[in-house]
Amino acid sequence: MWGIIRQKVGSRCFSASILGQSLERIEQPLTVLARNFSSGGKDMNVRDALNSALDEEMSADPKVLLMGEEVGEYQGAYKISKGLLEKYGPERVLDTPITEAGFAGIGVGAAYYGLRPVVEFMTFNFSMQAIDHIINSAAKSNYMSAGQINVPIVFRGPNGAAAGVGAQHSQCYAAWFASCPGLKVLSPYSSEDARGLLKAAIRDPDPVVFLENELLYGESFPVSAEALDSSFCLPIGKAKIEREGKHVTITAFSKMVGYALQAAEILAKEGISAEVINLRSIRPLDRDTINASVRKTNRLVTLEEGFPQHGVGAEICTSVIEESFEYLDAPVERIAGADVPMPYAANLERMAVPQVDDIVRAAKRACYRAVPVAAVA
Amino acid sequence: MGSSKNLKRSSWISSSLLLDLRNPSLIHGVGRNPPAVLENLKTHSADCRFASTKAGDERDLRFDNDENQVLDFPGGRVMFTYQLKFISESPEKRADCFRVLDDNGQPIAGNYIEQVNEEVAVKMYGNMVTLQIMDTIFYEAQRQGRISFYLTSIGEEAINIASAAALTIDDLIFPQYREPGVLLWRGFSLQEFANQCFSNKADHGKGRQMPIHYGSNKLNYFTISSPIATQIPQAVGAAYSLKMDQKKACAVTYFGDGGTSEGDFHAALNFAAVMEAPVIFFCRNNGWAISTPTSEQFRSDGLVVRGPAYGIRSIRVDGNDALAVYCAVRAAREMAINEHRPILVEALTYRAGHHSTSDDSTKYRPVDEIEHWKTMRDPVSRFRKWVEGNGWWSEADESELRSNVRKKILDAIQAAEKAEKPPLADLFTDVYSDIPSNLREQERSLRETVQKHPQDYPPDVPV
Repeated sequence: MWGIIRQKVGSRCFSASILGQSLERIEQPLTVLARNFSSGGKDMNVRDALNSALDEEMSADPKVLLMGEEVGEYQGAYKISKGLLEKYGPERVLDTPITEAGFAGIGVGAAYYGLRPVVEFMTFNFSMQAIDHIINSAAKSNYMSAGQINVPIVFRGPNGAAAGVGAQHSQCYAAWFASCPGLKVLSPYSSEDARGLLKAAIRDPDPVVFLENELLYGESFPVSAEALDSSFCLPIGKAKIEREGKHVTITAFSKMVGYALQAAEILAKEGISAEVINLRSIRPLDRDTINASVRKTNRLVTLEEGFPQHGVGAEICTSVIEESFEYLDAPVERIAGADVPMPYAANLERMAVPQVDDIVRAAKRACYRAVPVAAVA
Repeated sequence: MGSSKNLKRSSWISSSLLLDLRNPSLIHGVGRNPPAVLENLKTHSADCRFASTKAGDERDLRFDNDENQVLDFPGGRVMFTYQLKFISESPEKRADCFRVLDDNGQPIAGNYIEQVNEEVAVKMYGNMVTLQIMDTIFYEAQRQGRISFYLTSIGEEAINIASAAALTIDDLIFPQYREPGVLLWRGFSLQEFANQCFSNKADHGKGRQMPIHYGSNKLNYFTISSPIATQIPQAVGAAYSLKMDQKKACAVTYFGDGGTSEGDFHAALNFAAVMEAPVIFFCRNNGWAISTPTSEQFRSDGLVVRGPAYGIRSIRVDGNDALAVYCAVRAAREMAINEHRPILVEALTYRAGHHSTSDDSTKYRPVDEIEHWKTMRDPVSRFRKWVEGNGWWSEADESELRSNVRKKILDAIQAAEKAEKPPLADLFTDVYSDIPSNLREQERSLRETVQKHPQDYPPDVPV
């Protein structure tokens, strides 16, 4: 799966990678808004991006510590914390016993007193065993104590479906956590997102839930020199327009951003220019960017991997109806995972998560184009 | 080879038991006398060891001095036994309970009374009386409908005050909810207690929580939160933090007998032992979790025996004996800080009041039992006898203190009741460190609505 992000590097392309070559073959050039980065596009995978972000924040602030199962000696269940135990020692990289409730509670207690813990859940499915501490001890404490207790903690780990791991290892928790006031919920897509958002999360004085994706860990993205700097930080609550478009807005986060970009490519061949928004921040949701986009395109497709009812898309849809109803030319299309616990069999699993052709079909429906029964993609 | 114990292949040796039949001593005993384990079931510290099912690498077998087989497993070396014995589920003798004063306030033995001088003793007693009167009057206030809820600590005044007196202000307190005495000892005023119960403008909690959910950053007393036992692992985290800072202080967390059933209790104790965190786990075993007696809460010998299960040094103490609590917590604190280890203190006591104002405990326990503990086993009068016995307190002091405290509390309640409620802005602050734009918008919108419809807005809430 290719993450199709390219920085506009001026008239010359430096990258000689396969990615660069295959992109040059595509008819329409890809342009990205937001920022023009300086040249020198180094490639970095998301795993290394997260690792470097953790390393730099731990180096900059001695109060930051990492705790979770297998984060130390094993170098991290997904190798995100590789090398950190060796560099910072067992006092700051803690291998915990198997008790999510235990170490979430302990992390919150440490944060109460002034440390800045980064608590890793092996997957967010296991965060349910700790969710009382995340909600009742972390999220609500500042409010309940009237500002006396703040909790600068980060809960991070892979979220959502991986590949062939079944119902109890595949749920997306973005909607669950994003419904709770007191929490901030972030979900990166690219390596730049991963670096910038994790650093922002660690530096933030409030509790942050940081939803990664296992399948993205190995994916490489070009990263600018600015993003590689140790002071780099992305703002919480700002979405990124990954691809500008005119006809339909597609909102997505995490792995689905890549799918949306692929769908946009396909749609472009049919004359539909899709604007892809990488939410980056689920709570607070960047309602301004989403609404501004919909006011421009007049059509909206929300995309997520999680269950449809009460999901992220439902909130985005409502936000747009509340603020930009007159601008909508078509009903909002909501694409989400199937309303079933994730099946294991590969063919069933494929049908339970959104695929690129689902996105293309939905965008076309929103654009009132006839849709053949067989998928185009 | 050790002495061979006889083993009969009775029906209860199912295939799920792992026996290495190549072990000659076991085979030797088959078919003879009844298994030793049934006879020894009640023996204190009976042992059970199953031989390994593996082939048993001969090189791994070693022998100690007495030629008994020992083997290295993950976790260390263990000695084998050929007796099929189970560790009994209940000991022959329950763990001893430490006390300094008898039921009449007379010192029993030992030099522990020297730890508390006149000044500390009088302050302790004064606080115990204050706590008792404060509880009584606030409880009445709830009954009169002036506050919505209250929870007393009647019968646990010694636990509250004596444990607080044994700590320093730098020690971090993670309470459950029946420990306002610790806050009182540290200097929280009666007016501050009343303000929180009436949720007025002066409440440190800005009116966000129901009564008795006190908290004070200044006094290192973490704001009370209702879910049971969540404070236990938090205390461990804070203790770890203190250890990293190399502070000469510990974390102390309180919980009841019921709270020990929560998963958080297990995770916290286990973790604290592994992390070597300087934390005191103080269990107020008062016999009741609302209507659940301890016999329905657990089947162990109280909570003190659980400490060693996690590798934690533990003590059982008479919770109604102020001096015993004081000495035990002093010692625990020394060990926690100097040796970087958790300590478990189980204080046996009785919840002489109802669980809270939402409870009527006469429905599930006999009235005379409650009366007995309230009068004959009252920790306040017991300590009073000792303090008076030393010539440090008199009847005159008593009546003066009681009437002063009573008046102060009634004044505090009156003032708290009359005070303004927290302003509207306090609804929206502290959700995050900085107020987000959507909440600012909601506040603005709410103010607009209030201005448009002032008759629908309560008069005692400032806008």
